[in-house]
Amino acid sequence: MIKIKIKDLNLYYGDFQALKNINISIPENKITAFIGPSGCGKSTLLKSLNRMNDLVEDCTIKGQVLIDGQNIYGDIDVNMLRKKVGMVFQKPNPFPMSIYDNIAYGPRTHGINSKVKLDEIVEESLTKAAIWDEIKDRLKKSALSLSGGQQQRVCIARALAVNPEVLLMDESTSALDPISTAKIEELVFDLKKDYTIIMVTHNTQQAARVSDNTAFFLNGELVEYNDTETLFRVPKDRRTEDYITGRFG
Amino acid sequence: MVARRNAKVIKILVYTATVITFGVLLFLIGYILVKGIPHLSFSLFELEYTSENVSMFPAIINTLVMTVLSLVIAIPFGLFTAIYLVEYAKRDNRLVGIIRLTAETLAGIPSIVYGLFGLLFFVTYMGWGFSILAGSATLSIMILPLIMRTTEEALQSVPASLREASFGLGAGKLRTIFRIVVPSAMPGILAGIILAIGRIVGETAALIYTAGTVAKLPQGLFSSGRTLSVHMYTLSSEGFHTDEAYATAVVLLIIVLMINTISAIIAKRVTRT
Repeated sequence: MIKIKIKDLNLYYGDFQALKNINISIPENKITAFIGPSGCGKSTLLKSLNRMNDLVEDCTIKGQVLIDGQNIYGDIDVNMLRKKVGMVFQKPNPFPMSIYDNIAYGPRTHGINSKVKLDEIVEESLTKAAIWDEIKDRLKKSALSLSGGQQQRVCIARALAVNPEVLLMDESTSALDPISTAKIEELVFDLKKDYTIIMVTHNTQQAARVSDNTAFFLNGELVEYNDTETLFRVPKDRRTEDYITGRFG
Repeated sequence: MVARRNAKVIKILVYTATVITFGVLLFLIGYILVKGIPHLSFSLFELEYTSENVSMFPAIINTLVMTVLSLVIAIPFGLFTAIYLVEYAKRDNRLVGIIRLTAETLAGIPSIVYGLFGLLFFVTYMGWGFSILAGSATLSIMILPLIMRTTEEALQSVPASLREASFGLGAGKLRTIFRIVVPSAMPGILAGIILAIGRIVGETAALIYTAGTVAKLPQGLFSSGRTLSVHMYTLSSEGFHTDEAYATAVVLLIIVLMINTISAIIAKRVTRT
């Protein structure tokens, strides 16, 4: 099942073309990794899937992104899109409020105010993010009092709390230590049965370990896209091979 | 050896500067307390001011009323302008530059100029007379740039990642601003408001021209009234009640101290999450 289909996507920051004619289809309930050196456009592409690029001044986008067949650059409600396509960022960015309120922020935004329902969502989301047991006794404590790895899992829980279908992860382990990274990788692996996950990563080993499919980007172009095993074992393009064997980037 | 000697010289300079600064401050406070406390008496807090008791009680009430009124006028304007500048205005917007320049200029103008403007505009042109309303309006214009700039800085210091997180969850712009950005910026905003209160409480020049010097309890928005600082100024300039002026200074000091403590408590409560 194809969840997201990107058609002839071109993206410009002012005069600079950051994405060149991208065509890619992303399957449902799989983990797709975007890899490539800094500035190759992988994060930009990720952000165009929930229209976070709208926040950037003079960013223009041409082409189509179809999610469940609907063009998200057409006439749609951006807030509903972002509810459906959740995002976890590079650095943990919990709100300066309690853990509970962090998780409840999304559901409250979308009109859920019943205490019982919110309690349920908070527990469920934190459980899914594999952190419930660690912090269930201090839900009223500030989310900022947690360690970096815990904060990131709270941020994942927060994203899950609005019940998204797609989860975008923008180098979400790059600011974490190896143990926290391993926990999050494990978690992401478990989450794919319920969500379509797209992760941007600098770490080619991470892509190889976790993802089902991998796309390699260079200078705003999609160089190669294949299932992860094939791409890492027998890359078709010379540039892909150079990158994954560590010859540049 | 030279480096070590230089370090020693700098150390001595730093210590001397610290001692002098604190010395002057402590001397000032001590002097006021010593001169003022012996003259604090119940007659100074009588409801009615007469030229015998020179009660400062009406002035205390006037100060409170004027402070609250000025803040009520200035905070919404300052806050919303800052929100517009930081959250809505595009970076190349010409208007933003003009607003910033104006605010900076206004912040540097001596308060007597505000007083003259208040006299011409509120007192005379609007026909409000020497009144609490005219005084508060003048003060609110005076503190507006201060509140606006501190709020602006506080909003700018909220990391973009928090806005992204909120938008990423499907929250709209208004919700993001009022649920995430403004609460995160609250300590900075409060700091600006505290500074503004300090300026209001300490102001004389702008008020003599706009609120007048009548030493009565406020009868209404359009009655004249003097604040504590103005009261102190008149007492000492008349020359008959210098001791009572010192006593007033003590009370003013205590009030400022109280305001600072209360706002520190509020700030702590707001930031504790």
